[in-house]
Amino acid sequence: MLTYFSIVITAIFINNIVFAQFLGICPFLGVSKKTSSALGMGAAVTFVITIATVVAWLLQVYVLDPLGLQFLQTIVFILVIAFLVQLLEIAMKKTMPALYQALGVFLPLITTNCAVLGVAILVIQKNFNLMEAIIYGVSTSIGFTLALWIFAGIREQLDLLPVPKAMKGIPVALLCAGILAMAFMGFSGIKFD
Amino acid sequence: MKEKVNYWKIFYNGIIPANPIFVLLLGMCATLGTTSSAYNGLMMGIATAAVLICSNVVISLIKNLVPDKVRIPAFIVIIASFVTVLQLVVNAWLPSLNASLGIFIPLIVVNCILLGRAEAFASRNGIFASFLDGLGSGIGFIFALVLLGATREILGTGKIFGAEIYPEDYGMLVFVLAPGAFIALGYLIAIVNRIRKTY
Repeated sequence: MLTYFSIVITAIFINNIVFAQFLGICPFLGVSKKTSSALGMGAAVTFVITIATVVAWLLQVYVLDPLGLQFLQTIVFILVIAFLVQLLEIAMKKTMPALYQALGVFLPLITTNCAVLGVAILVIQKNFNLMEAIIYGVSTSIGFTLALWIFAGIREQLDLLPVPKAMKGIPVALLCAGILAMAFMGFSGIKFD
Repeated sequence: MKEKVNYWKIFYNGIIPANPIFVLLLGMCATLGTTSSAYNGLMMGIATAAVLICSNVVISLIKNLVPDKVRIPAFIVIIASFVTVLQLVVNAWLPSLNASLGIFIPLIVVNCILLGRAEAFASRNGIFASFLDGLGSGIGFIFALVLLGATREILGTGKIFGAEIYPEDYGMLVFVLAPGAFIALGYLIAIVNRIRKTY
């Protein structure tokens, strides 16, 4: 039980996927202008990361490892993710039109979100079992959503401030992200023994 | 004569006017994650540029064979194949680099620059032009990564490419850690904006 707890806390706070591991920066900078769209993106990413991690883990353990095809990992994983995103888009359009409307714009963007492929590969590198992999996937995406949401809140305020012209937009957003990352570094004092 | 000017423009475009990082703001993950030193930045830049040039040339070769509807998956498979080749090469000859860049080598697949150039340029232009476009964007990417890596290394440890400039005790360690990456890149983009006067 403690291992699961430590995975959750580590993935959300200590090793936050955006601030400590630099994954998923593109959507982090691109879709963080409004808190509502940040939450939408977070939900879509959570959905895809969780399913992609499980499918990638199963493929790695039951197909690639027994056949000795580990070198195909990158190709197989990226195809699985692209396929999953397509499938999800079609399935959600038919079964959950309301949710599809809400997430619609963000879904195709997820294929090139490095957080998805990153988590799938990290789970294999860390030698997690299936349960740990699922928990790691879910809590990483919660960490991503949290980062996106806090950052979107800050950027909404930032728009109202008199920022030097050259710093407007991305540069000043990056500075704020740096300060946020510093705040998240405070969590690195937490230890599990 | 006119042709020559065009080729120069294609090559030059990726270096300054459409620099992948400072202007287009693509490929941020690798940029921030691998530039803790100038050497790491240089190596990551070279790795990405190599994949970019190869994928650009191959995509330009097959652009008429692939049906329009499946072109994006086809591009992704081509890019992923070259990344796999790169992974094996780095594993075999540069194991120390493999350790320091870690997960960012397989993640070259999802670097937006590669798919962006494939879709915007290589799928519409000839082989030589695509090669030049890949080379230009690749050099622009290397340039940005080395600049960011060198900035962080000088401010953080007082060294550049491992050569000491001032004693390490005076360095600001935060620039080597995660927050420094965001802050250094923010200021660099602001400086580039100021020089280009794009606002």
